[in-house]
Amino acid sequence: MSVKPQQYITYRGKAGQWSWLLHRVTGLGVLVFLLAHIVDTAMIGWGPGAYNAAMSLYRRPVFRAGEVLLAGAVLYHALNGVRIFIIDFWPETTTIHKKLVYAVAALFVAIYVPCAIYMLRWVAR
Amino acid sequence: MKGGRDNAMGMASRPKPESGLELYAWIFMRVSGVVLLIMALTHLVIMHLINNIDVVSYEFVAKRYATPFWRTYDLVMLWLALIHGVNGSRTVLLDYVHRGGLRVVSLTALYVVGFIMLALGSLVILTFHPVS
Repeated sequence: MSVKPQQYITYRGKAGQWSWLLHRVTGLGVLVFLLAHIVDTAMIGWGPGAYNAAMSLYRRPVFRAGEVLLAGAVLYHALNGVRIFIIDFWPETTTIHKKLVYAVAALFVAIYVPCAIYMLRWVAR
Repeated sequence: MKGGRDNAMGMASRPKPESGLELYAWIFMRVSGVVLLIMALTHLVIMHLINNIDVVSYEFVAKRYATPFWRTYDLVMLWLALIHGVNGSRTVLLDYVHRGGLRVVSLTALYVVGFIMLALGSLVILTFHPVS
């Protein structure tokens, strides 16, 4: 069976497919940061100079923007994870699965937008 | 197979495995996910909203790690998050890497990196001793 390139990221379309894809992308993104975070935290073993230098790297604008994206990835992965948990342990909720997808989207926007604006307050300074 | 139950309707959840290690992995993802939801979001709120990168420094961590509470918290979160992430990556690799040799190599690389990072992270959390 040959697999077309687009079939690596799509299957039956619609809400569930995009939730599934976003869950993967955000999960892998958070894992990449976690690995970086383990290394930057390990700098603490070399004393204040090394650790504070690592932290000053995170104060650069590109990393501050990345921090906001990271928070979004964690939040989406968490909320969509709850949706998966609900569908798996209460299978009867598959009848309202689209509503659950929209609930995840609505909760994400409601929580993320104010948090992202607050985290980006340094831009206005 | 991608997706799970009622795939035809476009719903995505991995089908629950029948038994064995795969079943435990499936359960672990869901249980650790719920615990991480609380722990990781609390961590984000404390470190990125209440505090922020401008105040995080060596002294900040030294103060935070002076009592066992945050060390234990971070150690539990590290183990759950890393195993959750490695197992999630394993699922992705199994989906996309079909050639036998490449599959073995990529999975081995994932486990080796995961193990080294788990050891490094644990070592840092457990042995950190601030210089005076």
